[in-house]
Amino acid sequence: MTTDVVTLAMGGGGKETNELIDTIFKKHFSNPDLTADDAAVLDFPAGKLAFTTDGFIVSPVDFPGGNIGKISICGTVNDLSCMGAVPMFLSCAFVIEEGFPVAKLDEIAAAMEKTAKEAGIRIVAGDTKVAGKGQVDGVFITTTGIGRVMDGVHTAGSSARPGDVVIVTGDIGRHGCAILLARNQFDITAEKLTSDCAPLAGTVQSMLAATKNIHVIRDATRGGVGTVLYEIAHQSSVGIVLNQKDIPVSGEVNGVCGMLGLEPLYLACEGRMVVFAPEQEAPAILDALHKGPYSGNAAVIGRVVADHAGKVIVNTEIGSQTMLPQPGGELLPRIC
Amino acid sequence: MSGEEKNDAELTAREIIKSYDGRSLRIMEVCGTHTHEIFRLGIRNMLPQNIRLISGPGCPVCVTPTGFIDEAVMLALEKHCTITTFGDLVRVPGTEMSLAGARTKGAHVEIVYSPLDSVTYAEAHPDEQVVFLSVGFETTTPASCISVRQAKQKNLENYSLLTANKTMDNAYAALKDSADAFLYPGHVSVITGTHIYEKLKDEGVSGVVTGFTAGEILTALAVIINGTQKQKPFFRNCYPRVVTEEGNVNAQRLIKETMLPCDSEWRGIGTIPMSGLTLNDSYAAFDSRRKYALPQVTGHPNPACRCGEVLRGSCLPGECSCFGSACTPEHPVGACMVSSEGACAAYYKYGLN
Repeated sequence: MTTDVVTLAMGGGGKETNELIDTIFKKHFSNPDLTADDAAVLDFPAGKLAFTTDGFIVSPVDFPGGNIGKISICGTVNDLSCMGAVPMFLSCAFVIEEGFPVAKLDEIAAAMEKTAKEAGIRIVAGDTKVAGKGQVDGVFITTTGIGRVMDGVHTAGSSARPGDVVIVTGDIGRHGCAILLARNQFDITAEKLTSDCAPLAGTVQSMLAATKNIHVIRDATRGGVGTVLYEIAHQSSVGIVLNQKDIPVSGEVNGVCGMLGLEPLYLACEGRMVVFAPEQEAPAILDALHKGPYSGNAAVIGRVVADHAGKVIVNTEIGSQTMLPQPGGELLPRIC
Repeated sequence: MSGEEKNDAELTAREIIKSYDGRSLRIMEVCGTHTHEIFRLGIRNMLPQNIRLISGPGCPVCVTPTGFIDEAVMLALEKHCTITTFGDLVRVPGTEMSLAGARTKGAHVEIVYSPLDSVTYAEAHPDEQVVFLSVGFETTTPASCISVRQAKQKNLENYSLLTANKTMDNAYAALKDSADAFLYPGHVSVITGTHIYEKLKDEGVSGVVTGFTAGEILTALAVIINGTQKQKPFFRNCYPRVVTEEGNVNAQRLIKETMLPCDSEWRGIGTIPMSGLTLNDSYAAFDSRRKYALPQVTGHPNPACRCGEVLRGSCLPGECSCFGSACTPEHPVGACMVSSEGACAAYYKYGLN
């Protein structure tokens, strides 16, 4: 590259654009399906498709445990996985601010490729635009993914039933907490605290290999696990009862939340699923999760009940009951 | 205390609370964090009928009067000052508008997490006149004092405080007929020390200072129940690991050297003599009211709002005609619906009324 920052000319479609594509994107994303043509032409197996898209504008672009590149793959891979789909193909569109360091873009693309490879998804199409200084903040990435839904899997947000257990696949709130601290607004540091950002294709596949009798899988991102619980309680017209003491929260997240008055259930995750399944399936699901790299502390945190539809009740640490406040108000801006 | 002993104490406290069948008791907490934890832990749901918890004036946002917001709006829109403030205050309604409303009319409002951030902002923006909205109790006031001392040391001519700082001791006396005993705030007491509570006891005001864990709150409630059996005023420190008799002497000195006691208006309660703090004469140049020669402002809160009665415990949030319809956390009519520590906001979020 002739310059070490992204220039408007690199978005012009000419020589500089090709140079940027060759030295950054092709270098990392190279695979037989990624061609120089106007669209990728793909072989696709028969069956049902899952198809999703997501935009990523996280600030800062680097945070402990990942960067915007990693999260842009995880988000789409995890959304596909929630529907029981095996991720297959992905496209990505970049909007880059003039003056953005090329070296940083290289790191982002490297993280994307590494994460895509792990999740078994191929990056087959892309687009690059450069916006003038101040028109975007650093880099924004949009990814779109396609996967094939595994036979016999029927997960949906409206399928939770009374008697189901509620499982989280790991300790909650680490992404939101890591981003909050990475912004240096509070002069708080927590060395061991990293984002939970992870591609969960393998995690979900291991659960579905143990049993296909799973009613709901949902990715707890913005708004955290609490928001997912309210979404499912509404969509399925059921009540949910949580046991406070069973909710896995790391000491670091608990400490930061205590200091800042935040509720871990409403902090974002980027590598945690909330799973609803019949109680008899819980041991097999937990067994599969506990063997995986991102779900060692998966736990049953509550149950679905028929009464108080649309509400989430918490059994507190002192044996009393309280309602989990409904999500609302300002969530942390630009966390994913 | 070992974990086991602690659990024993908590169990005993729980038994004392659950089995209470004496005369009806009103216990007022005056700390936003206590209010929040009492809701989060579901403590109201385990109390017998004859014990009522009242969320008193413990949240600085909730007690900030309408006129103060009007002054801030005036500074922003008429004097073109940059307002720096804690976030919650932006949505508190003034007579005509909140600061959020003023922002849509061109007011420059910056959210900060500490008064010291405000000084940093003023230093970095020498072409702006920066006004920090100095609200809060004994816990927050020292930081405001440090900010104004820093500004003086740095010869900053573009920084001033619009003060509405409050002190709690005279408020307890003013509210003593609204409660049988107070759950005194843990954090404020770290600064003030417990000697003020001994003095209040002599004036007939009872209470217990405590911390914020389930065990600490339950223990304090049990101690209050036992104390009220004895028919005479009492005080107990149930938070001795951080609260001492003399308090934080350095913070007290800092406040004394920077500010002076004054009469202060509490939203919904009225003026309580000597319950506020204002900058003393050596910091006159940093006092927004003097610097901008602000006129006397009398705020006019929405007459339908019953926040004042809620703060005194004479009205439950759900008994106010605005609650949940005209007044919600998204569109608050009264200050108690703004802050997450406000009584109305807590009742609304936790589905009570």
